[in-house]
Amino acid sequence: MKYALLAAAVLTTLAAALLLGPANVPLRELVDSPILWQLRLPRALLAFLVGGALGVSGVALQALVRNPLADPFLLGLSGGAGLGAVVAIALHLPGPWALPLAAFVGAVGAMALVYRFGLMGGAELDPRILLLGGVAVGAFAAAITTALVSLAEATELRNAFLWLWGGFSGASWTTVLVILVYAPLPIVVLAAAARPLDLLALGEEPAQYLGTDVRRLKRLVYLSASLLTAAAVAVAGVIGFVGLIVPHVCRLLWGRLHHTLFPTAFLTGGILLAAADTLARTVVAPRELPVGIVTALLGVPLFAFLLRRWTVS
Amino acid sequence: MDRELIVAVGDLTCRYTNAPRDALRDVSLEVRAGEFHALLGPNGSGKTTLLRAALGLVPPRAGRVEILARPAGDWPRRDLARVVGVVPQREENLFPQRVHETVLLGRYPHLSLFGGVRAVDRAAVDRALVACDAVDLRDRWLWTLSGGEYQRVRVARALAQEPKLLVLDEPTASLDLRHEMELFELVRALVDGHGLAALLITHHVNLAARFADQVLILAEGRAVARGAPGDVLTRETAAAVFQWPVVMSVFEGRPQMIPLRKKENHP
Repeated sequence: MKYALLAAAVLTTLAAALLLGPANVPLRELVDSPILWQLRLPRALLAFLVGGALGVSGVALQALVRNPLADPFLLGLSGGAGLGAVVAIALHLPGPWALPLAAFVGAVGAMALVYRFGLMGGAELDPRILLLGGVAVGAFAAAITTALVSLAEATELRNAFLWLWGGFSGASWTTVLVILVYAPLPIVVLAAAARPLDLLALGEEPAQYLGTDVRRLKRLVYLSASLLTAAAVAVAGVIGFVGLIVPHVCRLLWGRLHHTLFPTAFLTGGILLAAADTLARTVVAPRELPVGIVTALLGVPLFAFLLRRWTVS
Repeated sequence: MDRELIVAVGDLTCRYTNAPRDALRDVSLEVRAGEFHALLGPNGSGKTTLLRAALGLVPPRAGRVEILARPAGDWPRRDLARVVGVVPQREENLFPQRVHETVLLGRYPHLSLFGGVRAVDRAAVDRALVACDAVDLRDRWLWTLSGGEYQRVRVARALAQEPKLLVLDEPTASLDLRHEMELFELVRALVDGHGLAALLITHHVNLAARFADQVLILAEGRAVARGAPGDVLTRETAAAVFQWPVVMSVFEGRPQMIPLRKKENHP
């Protein structure tokens, strides 16, 4: 029943994303229109895939740091990606792929730094050190980013600022294809870690006694979830709250076992972000809101509600 | 008939990274099928370290640790979890869970990577619940259990692993008398009825003396005595290890220790 509703929600969201838009095209013409095939369809699919990736990554990272309030961007990735993007904008790097690549490199750089923090002094990716390292690396990258932005010209500044809040206006079939090729590997690795992640919730030593190679698990999950987030941020900018909210919604609806959490978080994240993007490009049409603003405006009240539930129970 | 040798620890010495002294020194232990071993000693004497070293989590500095004749450190964790079930001293409960879900976690080392839960797994969960007298708790939420019920459920989870050896680290630490006795009776029954080997860390010298076949007494990382309770739990040993004057008595053929009051307060 819950699964049927989920499937219906996926279809409804995607249909709405295709039918609604700033250009009011009659349904009969829409079927043949490039607006559908070259704009709305790839954009809806990309938003769905990125939302799914953030949902899966959020589930994995919350399990890894054993903190239900963790977010895929908490480990410094957003700071690194933002820095990479702003450098690309400030240096006027040419070509359509310069910005996403620079953001990806920034995110992976931040990930590598935080990972290195996590191994310092023989610590094996201690959750507390990962979180502290993530905050420190994020703050450092944000400082450099702000320094660069403060030196930039007005239009560059606006571009950089909008990029940091996320959006899918650059969506194309090529970006959809890139994500379709890239995302399955980390997702399959995480899916294979589903049961060990259930055990990790007991703590590292109990998980080992129940058959988990904890050191290998933590490395695989950290790298896979981070690489998944890095790809999402590269094509869509920093979109907050999807990776934080979706795991909670899914745990409430489907329980805490990861072999159901991963697929449901993928679909729920996809629904949430595809819907948010539809709102972002229709509510102030013909202009667009950065999608990160929509997810934050919807996500923060939802988060407050969940937090209240969580602290009460 | 020789019983199967499950754990063999020989002259084991361990030291934690950057520690000034050895946590264990020249400790030996042999645990066979159908034997109940108790590990005694004051706080910081190396009991938990010995347990962790025996399970391949602390590498030996010298000596050997073998499980079923294979070095403990060479076992893949998954394979080891099918041979040894552990009830750790502490664990977290991050997310709400029902009893049967918790016990099912004990089946994880038997499941294939993407495969589902099979009938044999459900049967093993049911058997474990029966053996631990926890069938009635099946659908309860974990957080609604009393301390004694919670420990029985954790033993059931370890049993669901279908191990040859059951390891328990201070399982009765915060239990009242009835639940404490029930837990020791349960472990004894599992050893006698199922041919399991058991290795149990405890501070309860008298219960260890009454229930265990063998005791190993540790002090400052060294084995002070090893053998049947009646042979090794002497007044001199107990007083030296626990650093308190005691007298020994005998109940049902087992030694029982009675700590003395300080003379100046007790004319």
